[in-house]
This record gives sequence, structure tokens and C-alpha cells, in this order.
Amino acid sequence: MAPFVRQNERNGMDELLKILNELHPEVDFETEDNLIDDMILDSFDIVTLISEIHDVFDVTIDAKYIIPENFNSADAIYALIQEIEEED
Amino acid sequence: MHNHVLSDLPRTAMEKPDKIAYSDGKNSLTFREVYEQSRKIGSFMHKEGIYKKPVIVFMKKSPQEIAAFFGTVTGGNFYVPVDEEMPAGRIRMILENVKPPLIICDESTEKKAADFEVENCLIKRYDELLDTTINDEALTEIYEKAIDTDPIYIVFTSGSTGVPKGVVACHRSVQDYVTQLSETLGFNGDTVFGNQAPLYFDACLKEIYPTIRYGATTYFIPKSCFSFPVSLVNFLNDHQINTICWVVSALTMVSAFGTFDMVKPEYLHTVAFGSEVFPPKQLQIWRRALPDASFTNLYGPTECTGMCCFYRVNREFEEGEVIPIGHPFENRQILLLEDGKEVPFGEQGEICVRGTAVTLGYYNDPERTGQAFVQNPLNTAYPEMIYKTGDIGRYNDAGELCFVSRKDYQIKHMGHRIELGEIEVNVDSLEGVKMAACVYEDVTKKIVLFYIGEASEKDLMVAMKAKLPRYMLPNRTIKLDRMPFTANGKIDRVTLKAKAKEE
Repeated sequence: MAPFVRQNERNGMDELLKILNELHPEVDFETEDNLIDDMILDSFDIVTLISEIHDVFDVTIDAKYIIPENFNSADAIYALIQEIEEED
Repeated sequence: MHNHVLSDLPRTAMEKPDKIAYSDGKNSLTFREVYEQSRKIGSFMHKEGIYKKPVIVFMKKSPQEIAAFFGTVTGGNFYVPVDEEMPAGRIRMILENVKPPLIICDESTEKKAADFEVENCLIKRYDELLDTTINDEALTEIYEKAIDTDPIYIVFTSGSTGVPKGVVACHRSVQDYVTQLSETLGFNGDTVFGNQAPLYFDACLKEIYPTIRYGATTYFIPKSCFSFPVSLVNFLNDHQINTICWVVSALTMVSAFGTFDMVKPEYLHTVAFGSEVFPPKQLQIWRRALPDASFTNLYGPTECTGMCCFYRVNREFEEGEVIPIGHPFENRQILLLEDGKEVPFGEQGEICVRGTAVTLGYYNDPERTGQAFVQNPLNTAYPEMIYKTGDIGRYNDAGELCFVSRKDYQIKHMGHRIELGEIEVNVDSLEGVKMAACVYEDVTKKIVLFYIGEASEKDLMVAMKAKLPRYMLPNRTIKLDRMPFTANGKIDRVTLKAKAKEE
């Protein structure tokens, strides 16, 4: 089943990248790992992102997860989504 | 002079010399420092013969920027804040409009300021100005010669033609606003403000002037806190902040994610909000978390010096119900006009403002001033200016004024006032764009840009960043094969709005 899981992860990551690229088509989210510290994502982006993640992944990101470390890269955001999915 | 905006500063500096006046949490200025540094800056301007002129203050948001504002006024001039967040093109338009004799900058903006190569203009770093010896005699003379209709600042607001408009406000309007707002919200010497608004708009008047009048303290909350609700509330608690006047989106950021289950603002007792509609559900979460705090809705255009109307929340609101903007502060009257006449009670009309709050007009722009600042049509006996806001309002059954909509394509987005036309004009000027149209999607609160042309969405975003301030950048950019038109040849914005909703 391992390849199947990996496939799912890839799809999930693609979905996330799609959301991010719609917000900022000019940013390369596959390599950028300083989204917060470099002020690429502002508070409007964070709010939009949380609401789109809710719609696409059916995952609710509460205040306790809304900290800079969880939003500095696409990888970090995706890890957060998986962490919350596992908790549920 | 009576009514001078800085008339309270010497007294406060004497009574509370070592109290913090302004701080960003790390870097602070006491009242004595604000007073002394502003007098040095004023003395520098006198030495250079700069008097009754617009002075650009181009600094990082900081306590020192406030002292630069006050220094400019102390020198008998008026300040024009420019910010590093503004793209170069917009700053250039502002410089061309005001033709400043002096730009005050800091280390972070010094190079950018020099790049503009403004003619006959000194560029000085804030810390350099502090080497000036205070000239008491000259400053006293400048103070005594000032009158209360002299300008103290120009702030630039979005213009539909693509050129921003510089709103000029005077001592009298600001002093009266500070009085009315402070009495309504109960500011005093124990007030600790948590400022959210940028310093390049009139929204920051709420904090910076009451601070010197009452000897209060203002903390500038780091912008990054507004992305992270728990750190935001922690900042409020760390600094014992008890009073906030924020845009609705900042308040919603806290209430929408269950922040109050983790941490609550311990000291907060006064909450004011404005510029946008507060969803009743979010207001309710705030009121439950802080049952003893007061919540006040504020309303007012930049052209009428800060806020004009207020409504103290005193009842529950149903989802979808409109929170009123209430009643005008003293010394202001609201007229609801249509075709030069007042509309009957309960009907919709354009919100027009008369009174001390009405600003002096748009700087170096008689044409656009004449369109919005007009003779009161109800008074044919003597000259009296009113300001036409372009907002449509009506009175509810309780006699409270309510905002209904806009007459034109102006929107409020994240607390910023934006003309969609300004975005379109700027995008139309970019290479690879044949035609652009912007709509605002009210539900998701997104600016959606549609365009036709060869440019990719990515290239367009990069190009727009050089032209538009960040808060004006579209949240979605969508390339179309063809632009929809109405039967009479105008861009079909209804279709575009529906399309934006689908996306």
C-alpha cells in the first residue's frame, strides 16, 4: 500500500501548491522556506489560506496552530495539515 | 495660539518626563525625548528657512517617526508621511504633487529617498537632525504666529484616475476630533493604546494625539503579530494594553480561530473598530470574551479628519443585521442628500458632512477638490463647505445612521480605502495587458482582477508589485480570452462579479 499512500501525499501537496500559487503566482513555493520571515505571506494571505485549506482538506486550523513556524514553507504547512488530520 | 495640536506637549513633557509616550515594544521614546527631539527638528527647519512647506517623512514605523511629525509641525510646516510599503511609482507621484523642500528619512530609507533625485530638496536622516541646537526664540515665534486653520499634515488616499489625492487637514479639525473621540471613548492618563493602523493614514490620529494630551502611552504593534492571533493577544497582555482602535479584519483574525479559548486580553476595556462591516457573529465572540469592555463602531472619511460618527454597541445583533454607524460627534452634522435636497426620514441619501471636521481639500488639486468639497446646497446665504462622501446611508427606525453602500467603485479592503479604478489604470499601463477590470467579491473579501493580453498571471503580479501598494494588489488574477461587455459597450461588471464568485 505504500506507493498508494505516497500518491495521496503528492496529490495533497499539489492541492496545497495550487492554493498557494493562486495567492501568489510570482512565488516559487516549492523552494521558498521563509514565507513569514520574508513577509511574503501577510495576514490576509494567512486567513485566506486557512479558509481554503478548510474547504479543500476539511481541516480546521485553530489559533494554537497559527504560529510562524507552521507557515514558513509549503512543506511546513502540509505537515501541519497532516498533523491535524491524524489528530482527528 | 489656541487650538494648536502640540499645545499639550510641553505640559505633558514637564509632568511626565520619563513616562514612555510611544514604543514598538523594544524601541521607545519618553515624553521628554519626544518634546526635545521635535524641538531640534523644528529648529533645523527654521535654520534652513523651511516654513509653511510640506515636509516628507519617509521612515520606518517607529516612535521617532512621530517625533518627526511633531518636529515638522513645531517648525511651522506640515508633514507628509510616505512609507516603505508604498511602491516607488506612488511615492514619485506624491513627491511631484507636494514638491517638498525636505525629506526626513532613516537608515532603512535613506538610499531609496536619494534615488528619487527630487529637485531643490534636502534629504536628512532623523539622527542627523538631532545635532541641531534648539532655538527657543524662533520656535516661540513660529508657535505664536500659527493659526488654527494652518495645515498640519497631508495624507494620500486612493484616486480612481490612478493618481492619489492628498487630503490636507488643519490644527482645528484635529484638535476637535481628539476632544470628541477622547470624551466618547473615555481616554485618560491611564490609557495604553495598542496601535494597528499605519502612520501614513489619518487612522493613527486616534492614538498619537490623545497620547500627548493625556500623557497616555501608545504601543505600535508589530505588523507580523496580526498574522498570528496568539502572539497578538500576548503582545496586548505583555504591555498591559487596555484600548484598541483596529480595523475589523484585525479583530476578526483573533475571534475567528478560537484564540480566546487559549488566551484572553487581560487589560482590554475599550475596543473601537471601523472602516468595514463587523460580522455580528465575530462581534459576539468578542463581547462574550470581554463582557465588561465597551465596543464602539466608528465611521468617517479621511476628508473629514478621522472619524465622524460613532455607535456604542448596546444590544445583540442577528447574523446579517447591520451594526449602525450611529450619530455624529459634536461639531459635525450629517446630511443625507439626493439632488441637493435632504431625503425624507428612513430613505437613502448620500452621506454629506458639515462642520469643523471637514478638511481643507486635496493638495494642489482644485479640480478634484471642487467635485467633492462643495457649497452646502441647503444654505444659499453664505459660503459653507460640505464634503460629499460618496457613501449611501439611511436612518433605521431607532434614528441611528446606517451605512448602505457606495455610489461608485470605491471599496474597503482590510481597512484600506481603495478605488478599483486606480488598480485598473495601473494594470492597463503594463506591457502585455490589453484591458483590465477589477471587481470586489464581497463574501470572500477578495479583489479579483480580470485581464486580457499576452502577459502571464505570474509576470503580471511581479509588474503590479512595482506599481501598487501591497494592500491594493489583487488577491486573484484571472486571464480571460475575451472581456465581457454590456449592450452599450461598457465592461460587464455583473458578469465578472458572478465569475469571481464561482472561482
